[in-house]
Amino acid sequence: MSQLVNVKGLQVDFLTGKGLFTAVKGIDFDIGHGEVMGLAGESGCGKSTIAFSLMRLHRPPAIISKGSIIIDGEDVLAMPLDRLEKWRWSSVSMVFQSAMNSLNPVITLFEQFRDMLYRHTGMGRAQARARAEELLALVGIPPERLDDYPHQLSGGMRQRVVLAMALALNPKLIIMDEPTTALDVVVQREILQEIMALKARFGFSILFITHDLALMSQFADRISVMLEGKIVEVAPTAEIVANPAHAYTQKLWDAMPRLGAA
Amino acid sequence: MSEQPLLQLENAGKTFHLKPMFGAAKEVVAMRNISLSVEQGRALAVVGESGSGKSTLGRAVTRLFSLTEGRVLFKGRDISQMKSRSESLAYNRAVQMVFQDPFAALNPAHTIRHHLERPLKLHHKLSGWALAEAVKGVLADVELDPDMALSKYPHELSGGQRQRVNLARALAVGAELVVADEPTSMLDVSIRKSVLGLMKRMKTDRGITFLYITHDIATAHYLAEDTAVMFAGQVVEWGPSERVIANPQHPYTKVLLSAVPDPAQRFVASEDGGRAFAKGVEEVRALARKPAGLPVEVEPGHFVRHRLTQLDAA
Repeated sequence: MSQLVNVKGLQVDFLTGKGLFTAVKGIDFDIGHGEVMGLAGESGCGKSTIAFSLMRLHRPPAIISKGSIIIDGEDVLAMPLDRLEKWRWSSVSMVFQSAMNSLNPVITLFEQFRDMLYRHTGMGRAQARARAEELLALVGIPPERLDDYPHQLSGGMRQRVVLAMALALNPKLIIMDEPTTALDVVVQREILQEIMALKARFGFSILFITHDLALMSQFADRISVMLEGKIVEVAPTAEIVANPAHAYTQKLWDAMPRLGAA
Repeated sequence: MSEQPLLQLENAGKTFHLKPMFGAAKEVVAMRNISLSVEQGRALAVVGESGSGKSTLGRAVTRLFSLTEGRVLFKGRDISQMKSRSESLAYNRAVQMVFQDPFAALNPAHTIRHHLERPLKLHHKLSGWALAEAVKGVLADVELDPDMALSKYPHELSGGQRQRVNLARALAVGAELVVADEPTSMLDVSIRKSVLGLMKRMKTDRGITFLYITHDIATAHYLAEDTAVMFAGQVVEWGPSERVIANPQHPYTKVLLSAVPDPAQRFVASEDGGRAFAKGVEEVRALARKPAGLPVEVEPGHFVRHRLTQLDAA
């Protein structure tokens, strides 16, 4: 199989007091090696549910009721728990929307790096220190900041740290769930440009989730547009920009105030 | 000047004194020497990145704190001189704020009806039938269905609907000036424009003046006639939105404009690790952090303040 990720007929249900709610209604998509796949759609359309299901991070009341997820030749849904634990982060890692919440506020950055490196590779303290410094250098943060606590960093720096952590084990796929939504435009641009350069260097694939179509079309190779749990349009970026086929994609474009279009 | 501006800032400055529990006290200059004005029925956008002092400006206008230097004039009257109770009540009524987070701005334990009845009761002394009608009226003004919304609690509404309730609340008080601090940055892109459109209609139909604080220069252009670009507590460039965008003078304005997502322009992986843009931005920031020079008028109404020594930077 040439594709890195292959999702077929994925359906995710939520058990609620009022019965089953189907958040993701049987979707198929694939991501190639080194490809940036964009997933666009408004709040509540199921984008993040897909992101969580890909790593099997969904928790009850969410259940995957149908479909298959194959990443790099391995069936994620059939994986035993001990294998899953090793597989998460080393094959697929994730950058969450708010970096504030994905870092532990009461331990230093180094402890968080060390914890992750120790769990997955059994690295000792000195080794982990060296690796963490190397990773921070990759995202342009001076290594002495390793002994700082998350609150001592700015929002953009925290997002960089989370990105460095996601890179730590050389994953094949990084899921980015609205990685820059909480940042202002200048910092957003700085970080995305850096992700692009890192991708060229390490060759990972990206599943890029956002509701900002303009930003996505600068970044992604292909874009899937989601509406109410279904993918309504998948096309190469240029296609989505030039002639969006589905009415909802056009609506998404119109909903944005843009420079030039008054 | 043909008529008196509704709101005027004259050399406004604000310094915060931080006294941490441990370590030495330090001073943070959040605003430095700012002069701006907004006329009745127009919108002024204050654009800048996080930490540029744009929210401080909004809060100073709503009298959430007093200025260290300079003055804020509302209809020609210095707001720090409003000592009598009736005068400050009138000011508090006329100037309303809409906050960034629509989730935090409404009391989760009360219905929408409660949120809108209180200002009408307190400020307009309405009751009974007149009150019910007025509540319906303001909800209709922000394009919400009164039958749907009134008896709901904030958590039952979407972010966009909640922000509409916040705007309705400002209308209910009878605001003349609304200070909107990033009102759309927490909303979904797909509903951002509809909320901006509502603000635009409030401006044109009712003559409400907006001070719109944002980091997104594209939305500033959509709503506001005038734009002021702030960095490190200083206004570095201001003028008609169209001119500021079409003919940016200050290097920082150029950076802000270049960072706006543009579908026509792809990110490319460069050899320097993608740092070229970040490095350029850092240089501009270092430049803009220095005390700004005297304003230079580049076009009618379009001013720029370069740093003191170098008049034509970049």
